[in-house]
Amino acid sequence: MSHVWRPVFVVLAVVAGILAARFFIVPPDFGTWETGYMYGWHKKSDENFWKDAFKVKHQGNDYCANCHPDKTTSLASAKHSILLCENCHGPAFEHPSEPPKLPAPRGREMCLRCHVKLPYPTSLRAEIPGFLDPEEHNPGMDCNMCHNPHSPNVTGPGKTKEVFRKAKYGSE
Amino acid sequence: MRISVGAAAGAGFFGALRVLAPGEAKAIAQTANLRWIFLVDTYKCVGCGMCVRACKLENEIPYDAPVTRTWVERYVVLKDGTLLADSPSGARDGFTNPNTMGRDVKPEEIKKAFFVPKLCNQCDKPPCVQVCPVGATYKTWDGIAMVDRKWCIGCGYCIMGCPYGVRFFHPVYNVAEKCNFCYHRIHKGLKPACEYACPFGARRIGNLKDPNDPVTKIILSERVSILKDEYGTVPVVYYLGLDEVVR
Amino acid sequence: MEQAIHAAEWTEKVLFTYPNEYIYWSIQIVMYPLLTGLVAGAFVLSSLYHVFGQKDLKDMARFALVFSFALLIAAPSPLILHLLQPQRGIYVFFTPHFTSAISAFGIVFFTYSVIVASEIWFVYRPYFVEQAKAPRREETFGSSLKRNLYRLLSLGAYDLGPAAMRQDEKAIKILAGVGIPVAAFLHGYAGFIFGSVKANALWMTPLMPVIFIMSAIVSGVALCMLTYIIIMEWKKMMAKRARRSRFAPDRATYEELKGAEIDLIRKTTRYLVLFLIIALTLELLDLVFRGYTAVKNWEILRQVIYGRDFTNIFIKQYLIGNIIPFALLLIPGLTIRRAVLALVLVIFGVFMMRYNVVIGGQSFSLTFYGFMEYKIPIIPHNYDTYKEGLLGALTTGGLPFLLFCILNRIFPSVPEVKAEERRY
Repeated sequence: MSHVWRPVFVVLAVVAGILAARFFIVPPDFGTWETGYMYGWHKKSDENFWKDAFKVKHQGNDYCANCHPDKTTSLASAKHSILLCENCHGPAFEHPSEPPKLPAPRGREMCLRCHVKLPYPTSLRAEIPGFLDPEEHNPGMDCNMCHNPHSPNVTGPGKTKEVFRKAKYGSE
Repeated sequence: MRISVGAAAGAGFFGALRVLAPGEAKAIAQTANLRWIFLVDTYKCVGCGMCVRACKLENEIPYDAPVTRTWVERYVVLKDGTLLADSPSGARDGFTNPNTMGRDVKPEEIKKAFFVPKLCNQCDKPPCVQVCPVGATYKTWDGIAMVDRKWCIGCGYCIMGCPYGVRFFHPVYNVAEKCNFCYHRIHKGLKPACEYACPFGARRIGNLKDPNDPVTKIILSERVSILKDEYGTVPVVYYLGLDEVVR
Repeated sequence: MEQAIHAAEWTEKVLFTYPNEYIYWSIQIVMYPLLTGLVAGAFVLSSLYHVFGQKDLKDMARFALVFSFALLIAAPSPLILHLLQPQRGIYVFFTPHFTSAISAFGIVFFTYSVIVASEIWFVYRPYFVEQAKAPRREETFGSSLKRNLYRLLSLGAYDLGPAAMRQDEKAIKILAGVGIPVAAFLHGYAGFIFGSVKANALWMTPLMPVIFIMSAIVSGVALCMLTYIIIMEWKKMMAKRARRSRFAPDRATYEELKGAEIDLIRKTTRYLVLFLIIALTLELLDLVFRGYTAVKNWEILRQVIYGRDFTNIFIKQYLIGNIIPFALLLIPGLTIRRAVLALVLVIFGVFMMRYNVVIGGQSFSLTFYGFMEYKIPIIPHNYDTYKEGLLGALTTGGLPFLLFCILNRIFPSVPEVKAEERRY
């Protein structure tokens, strides 16, 4: 055989090396394509990671009601009834074992998310009561010094405005 | 059973070359009884940013990092025709200032203004999945585009390929990252974190294959829009109240 | 506590941009097409002799081949530095997703490496055999290592008879011929990587692969010419010092070197000018079309091309990088000094072209209502700002030269000017 074929053998050896490495490195479940090769080619076991291994953090108001029924009841009959405990307190995760405490952030920032008045025509934001300039209303004070977030109306409990309830729950 | 290296390698190599015919792919999609869709109602969005906060906490995206799986944009159209648009930190802390794009906007100047939540559109023909060189991102059978964190090489081609800008590099894991409709929640019958957290019902997930699903009913019977349809990506996130100024 | 976000540090955002938009593809992605372009260009130059028998390029051909190989080995370095998971870079070889242009890297790069390596093997086989068999007065560890290296490199093919040499010549010709389209593919796929991204208004054009290839050839030819000049100048300096003696009757004189040098440079310039014209024409065509058709993205592109990036595009790339060298090379009576200036400007122009495509394409937001500016990190303070900063670019840019110095020790390729013709 002519010597010109010798480089070919070197190349074949390299290719064999790559394929051998591939056999050990690439997991055997790689290469499923239920949705086609272009959009669906992947390692099957990754789906299980996202379904099972990745933990759920937000648990829902019912989770909180188990131990804090007073808070959830007062919230449900207040103007803030459309809010969730975890909106302000953060995700419950495995509370009370992890995290042991769920403090809501103090200060004005949490409240200003909605209660800075932005009178935008065509947006539901225009319906939310608030201040054009929050600094005009008791500057420097935290909101919860006068307003209980679980029942924020200063003069007593109040019902959530119809337009907000309809937005969240539909016309039921 | 361990098969020979040659057979495995050959199968792997030729398997890589096989392209599922379009007819076959369609057949699989049609037999599934689950196909996720999403409805965003921009009339209801107030820009509180609770969705962004909940998403970051649920999906372990560092809160202070300037990247997010979902965000809310604000559009303010003034009476003189000027368009102002912004998304401060992706609306992670809400919109607490009428100052938009460095301009102090007075209420009487505004013609119309609204908020537009954005998230991954889980396109039917995702350009991001098409351009991944190693198969680290993929569409599941129920229509969600996912990222395999253990396989992504961090080249960034998928981020360049997305016309909607929903992808980014995860600051901790250093791989590509994007919204996946809280796949870990929806498969347990829960709602995605953003839908769960929204007090006003602006975000709703649905199942296109379920005729009784309220979201499906709206999408099939009311006037809805999608973002950037000129790219042919076929997004499954539908919008109510989208305006011509929305980017 | 500000989390370290890759790319946030060197991206300055203006007006309305999406929150996740940053300049993720920075200087290393500019360097990669530059290096693969030089690879393709150097190889095409080498093949012009082997395939098309351009006798006037004989001296340049072997040099260009080895330089192409050095560039080829250095070419993946920008990618390794760019990847956030470089240890997984090998997955492109294991699980290539062929719908992606980047997956072509595995196949094309490997194929091209095989072709260049094989061609070098055939070209240098007589040298390997000669070195493996050469008698030495005393065998040191270094010289025995060298001998064994050449024994290995020769792959045991010691036959240097006329029949074997004819087979070698045929193999070289075939490889050089097949290598041209593969070299074109090596750089064309890089152009396709950009041209096929419909999400990017500046990148998306079918002309992109062709523009890339044409400017690649320009850069490759220019770099080879420049390096050749540098080497010849050094030789001339050596020749000036030494006089022709009876121990080195073949050593060329200063005058002979000078004559050969300017002759070759003038001939190679013709090819350079040709590809320069083609590359510039295609880019202007793309620009004119975009302006004429004025689709949705034209408004923001216009602001980038004619506004924010005007200096980068029209002054640095077109004027300094194309028009001026073009004039310098065409004015009759080309001198070495003028050629050097023109070649340096040409390579600068090619670099600016890659820069304007990669960075320019990320200079505007997907909103079409905002901009991003690239502030390249100069002094690094962590690995990120090193690898995607100026020092990282200098590393990947300098690596081919370092590799060439090493490779030149194994495959000596600097052209000799001798009294008798050297047989390849």
